[in-house]
Amino acid sequence: MPVTELNGHQVHVDAEGFLTEFDEWDDDLAKTLAAQIDITLTDEHWKVLRFLRADFKARGETATTRRVQSVGGVAVKAQFALFPKKPSKKMAYVAGLPKPHGCV
Amino acid sequence: MTTLQTVPPLVPSFGDEDTGRKLAVICSKGNLDMAYPGLILANAALGEGVETHLFFTFWGFDMITKSRMHDLAFSPAGNAAMHLPIGNVRLPQALAPLPGVTAMATHMLKKQIAEAGVPEVPDFLDQIVAAGGHLWACQLSADMMKVTADDLRDDVEGIISAADFIEKTDGAQLMFV
Repeated sequence: MPVTELNGHQVHVDAEGFLTEFDEWDDDLAKTLAAQIDITLTDEHWKVLRFLRADFKARGETATTRRVQSVGGVAVKAQFALFPKKPSKKMAYVAGLPKPHGCV
Repeated sequence: MTTLQTVPPLVPSFGDEDTGRKLAVICSKGNLDMAYPGLILANAALGEGVETHLFFTFWGFDMITKSRMHDLAFSPAGNAAMHLPIGNVRLPQALAPLPGVTAMATHMLKKQIAEAGVPEVPDFLDQIVAAGGHLWACQLSADMMKVTADDLRDDVEGIISAADFIEKTDGAQLMFV
């Protein structure tokens, strides 16, 4: 796994650029990751990120948009507004998690 | 891990530039098992930023008809791939038409779908619309079955002809279920 430097953070990433080490992520890095894909984090974004991080920690798997709605309480429509076009992958990237494997 | 080299900032390509990719899904079946392929692909396409249109025709109308959409059923009749939950035992086709078999098979399938974290059909369509998907109903089917817009989900955008649908989905990849 390559190591990349983002705004002073040394992090391990996969070939596409998704973080591979859960513990290398912090709030400051999230802001940097979001900025890389032209997103400015608001409280609503943070609600999604906090849920994704906690859910991954508990289950070892990245939540899908469906789960972010049904368990995380952020509607699918809102997810598309917060992380345009490709919410599931973008949410995972900013949260420092692998892409979700689930289909739904 | 210390021996690994540092690479320049690596950012995934989310392909945000508008590629104009579109998907058209024709849903022509009203059986519970055949409702899902189109919905799953449509949902996946929307999640990848692809403009997606679903056209409901013939038996597919049951998926969007308010009085029927909660009650889709699955019958093993004519389905040689229907196995019993034990080993690889195939359900004999002679048993498939017996009373109660459809209800039992529907119950089993619904349970498996729920366990896989997949929503029921009406919920799934809610999600597809929330993700920006477009629902259309077939004019000819509506005329034949004496169905009006009032009978359909409120988020069906219109009852349109096949030609109108082809026009709306100009350049789309098309999937027929």
